[in-house]
Amino acid sequence: MEHTVSHTPGEIAKPNTAHIWRTFWIMAAITALEFVIAFLMASGPLKVSIFVGLTVVKAFYIVAEFMHLKYEVKALMFSILLPLLFVIWFLVAMISEGGSIYSVR
Amino acid sequence: MATVAVSPTNDDKLWNGGVEPLKASYGKLMMWFFLLSDAFTFSALLITYGLIRFAHKSWPVGAEVFSPEYWPIPEKVFNAMPFLHGYDLPLVFVGIMTFILIMSSVTMVLAVEAGHRMDKADVQKWLLWTIVGGAAFVGCQAWEWTHFIHGTDEGTLLANGQRIFGASLAQNQYGPMLFADLFFFITGFHGTHVLSGVILNFLIFYNTTMDVYQKRGHYEMIEKIGLYWHFVDLVWVFVFTFFYLV
Repeated sequence: MEHTVSHTPGEIAKPNTAHIWRTFWIMAAITALEFVIAFLMASGPLKVSIFVGLTVVKAFYIVAEFMHLKYEVKALMFSILLPLLFVIWFLVAMISEGGSIYSVR
Repeated sequence: MATVAVSPTNDDKLWNGGVEPLKASYGKLMMWFFLLSDAFTFSALLITYGLIRFAHKSWPVGAEVFSPEYWPIPEKVFNAMPFLHGYDLPLVFVGIMTFILIMSSVTMVLAVEAGHRMDKADVQKWLLWTIVGGAAFVGCQAWEWTHFIHGTDEGTLLANGQRIFGASLAQNQYGPMLFADLFFFITGFHGTHVLSGVILNFLIFYNTTMDVYQKRGHYEMIEKIGLYWHFVDLVWVFVFTFFYLV
């Protein structure tokens, strides 16, 4: 059915999806790796840093490839990414605040 | 004749000021800025979780039971699976949910790609798969909530001799009260986003079927809703890490 549709001259081009599936396999591999680490590694700061690192890698692929931000103009890219630096500051401030709440309790 | 045919499509891309800022259409740019604001909301929620968790005693090494005294570790809380009652399967179900959502993000990109080729049949096919994935995810979350609310078979014995089961807004067998509140609020807020996404996906599927985009000459609406859908997936990646993995 679909073949007859896509063969109509001058109408619909063939799908070009190789790069989409490549991104998918990278994400699937990272998620699988996270599971292996979750079961095999003792918990501690190292394990948490590995998880956070892998999360950032996955986030990069979603935003850059799926949401196509990598291919937008630089000004758009930075107007989305730079405000997020505030989140990092907020995170550091609030986590240390949580620690001091614990210590004064 | 050729210029007459070309100029309207060119004008379409321009905003009313006569230029196209950041080489993006108005709708796409506004979707990006909305998502940025939504990212701040979700960050605030997850950072609140971090602050409150750090303000509580952490799980003692070797502890086996829940207590309102210390923060639970996720693999003890989220270890249940539909049809496999009584087995200890930490994070397996939530792993399946994560996979479903990533998969539905992939089908969404495939729908966008089909839209670029003006391939109505392919857009419909991939949008339907995206809707199925989103609905499956919401269904899984409903099961997860039900289990969380009903609790484990043994429950948790409190210091006053009372045994409590599950979590609600009044009690929490898994740990400090705030753990349950944050679970309901954060996964609930994300689940509401998924539900809205499924509704939006259904609307663009309907419009595709009614040839709205075919007549308009482009499928850009699929891209805009696609941005939202990927964002929901992106948030889940963070919720998965900070709620379930660490």
